[in-house]
Amino acid sequence: MIAATRTFLVPFMRRPVAAAGLGILVLMIVTAILAPVLAPYDPSKIDPISRLLPPNAAHWFGTDQFGRDILSRVIYGARLALLIGVGVVSFALITGVPAGVLSALFPRFGRVMMRLIDVLMSFPALLLALGLIVILGRGVSNAILAIGVVYLTTTSRITYGLTLRLRTETYVEAANSMGAGAFWTIRKHVLPNLVSPLLVQASFVFAFAQLSAASLDFLGLGAPPEIPSWGNMLAEGRIFITRAPWLLFFPGFAIAITAFSLNLVGDALRDRLDPRFRDMLRK
Amino acid sequence: MIEQPLLDVRGLSTDYTAKRGGKTVRVQAVKDVSFTLAKREVLGIVGESGCGKTSVGRSIIRLAKPHRGEVIFSGKDIFTTGGDALKQLRLKIRMVFQDPFASLNPRRSIGDSIAETGDIHGLFASKAERHRQVQQALSNVGLDGSFAARYPHELSGGQRQRVGIARAILPAPDVVIADEAVSALDVSVQAQVLNLLADLRESMGLSMIFISHDLGVVGQISDRVAVMYMGRIVETAPTASIIEQPIHPYTRTLMAARPKPDPRIRIKAGIEIGEPPSQFERPAGCPYAKRCPLVTTICTTDDPALRTIAPGRLVACHNV
Repeated sequence: MIAATRTFLVPFMRRPVAAAGLGILVLMIVTAILAPVLAPYDPSKIDPISRLLPPNAAHWFGTDQFGRDILSRVIYGARLALLIGVGVVSFALITGVPAGVLSALFPRFGRVMMRLIDVLMSFPALLLALGLIVILGRGVSNAILAIGVVYLTTTSRITYGLTLRLRTETYVEAANSMGAGAFWTIRKHVLPNLVSPLLVQASFVFAFAQLSAASLDFLGLGAPPEIPSWGNMLAEGRIFITRAPWLLFFPGFAIAITAFSLNLVGDALRDRLDPRFRDMLRK
Repeated sequence: MIEQPLLDVRGLSTDYTAKRGGKTVRVQAVKDVSFTLAKREVLGIVGESGCGKTSVGRSIIRLAKPHRGEVIFSGKDIFTTGGDALKQLRLKIRMVFQDPFASLNPRRSIGDSIAETGDIHGLFASKAERHRQVQQALSNVGLDGSFAARYPHELSGGQRQRVGIARAILPAPDVVIADEAVSALDVSVQAQVLNLLADLRESMGLSMIFISHDLGVVGQISDRVAVMYMGRIVETAPTASIIEQPIHPYTRTLMAARPKPDPRIRIKAGIEIGEPPSQFERPAGCPYAKRCPLVTTICTTDDPALRTIAPGRLVACHNV
């Protein structure tokens, strides 16, 4: 267990930038879990006297137009960001990977499946998500579902392409010549070789899910307004952008840094999981 | 001679369809190929690339489905077997692939790759039994038992090909098909792997089909050689006679074109004129007619059949 943890951390120890990315990600997760402990104020508590205060000793990130503490709201916002990220990635992988793998291995199924995916992909990502929200209604779980459908398309496409290539690998042919069935091929040859590219894909999806969720929130179609999400904060603060830029700066920064750190972590993990890179890192 | 052949290939033909300029063209990769393989015999199949030798090998392990013809193994046609008989077939006829790197999954340990057949077919009664058999296979190919825990990228080309052979021999097969099994290796390593195959043939009583474009390599290991040209067998003969006295004009050209150890001896005879004809526009008559020094009128109209001209020697040519 200790050894496993240590090998997981090796690529990060060798790469300070990746380590910083991992650090930010861990910070975000810890923040999300410990939000009630960390937040200095109730994120929804209205305080008309201290409206639109710039950052100060009592309110490090300042306050918004209702006098709510922005630091506390950013801290609580991490919860929703994490939920959206995990939810969208899980949905995209759980639906996209089987769709892609089965399409590649069973061409008849694949022809139908991939055309459906093509139809979904022909819509601009945000428009597709908006359309789904209109059908499903506003809400956190519906936002996850809508954004998940958007990224299910790219995930299944990537999986499909990789599996098509893997299917023609000599070692898969060798397995076929030994009598391996489709299930064996998927489990022993396809999925293990998909892990690292899909990990990178997952990190991208997590990062873009943040941006998509923020966009939906911003348009008033994501999380309900009473939930302190970073996107909602941007939406509510936008009319004060010249008078009180801190209303937008802190949630905007939180979104950007989360998306950025996820990419760094994804890259480092990919290098770690590929045995060819593994030796390079060991040296 | 009355002995039943282990493997009997009869009239094997494999077609591929290709799209060319919007039209679907049929390519005859293998055309009416027949041969037998006796127990403990090594049959070499030589020919230039694209002559169909790999397709023959792939058909025998059912990786490619032939258009016509049958392959009889221990009395049964391999293309119609299913169920338990098919499982036996998978264990008894094994392939060693050309590229020793591509034929091993980079994410699976050497031990897992070697044990794969056993895992697929549930051959191992226990983990200990699996371990024992993997270790045995490794030692049979001259590799240390510690290799089981390693990964393909840690191994040299020669070691990887030994692993490919270990995987092939694990279930104690009857026939091993080696498709260009040493072509990707350095000459010195080639010799080691060839020696290994020769040793295994002795110790395990294997029959082998050794497919290669390299006559020198085929000559070293084979008892009998079949020469293929454009999907057909043009000559079969015992190895010694085909090297000393090739009969078919194509075989003669091949022999003459072999590199000589002495650079002062120039290749004089039988330099080929032109390219082989396109697979897409197969000429009528003998496919070798355009390049053949012995060509006569009949060659451009009639495709010569393989006929016996001496005991154990079959040649497909009108003019010899």
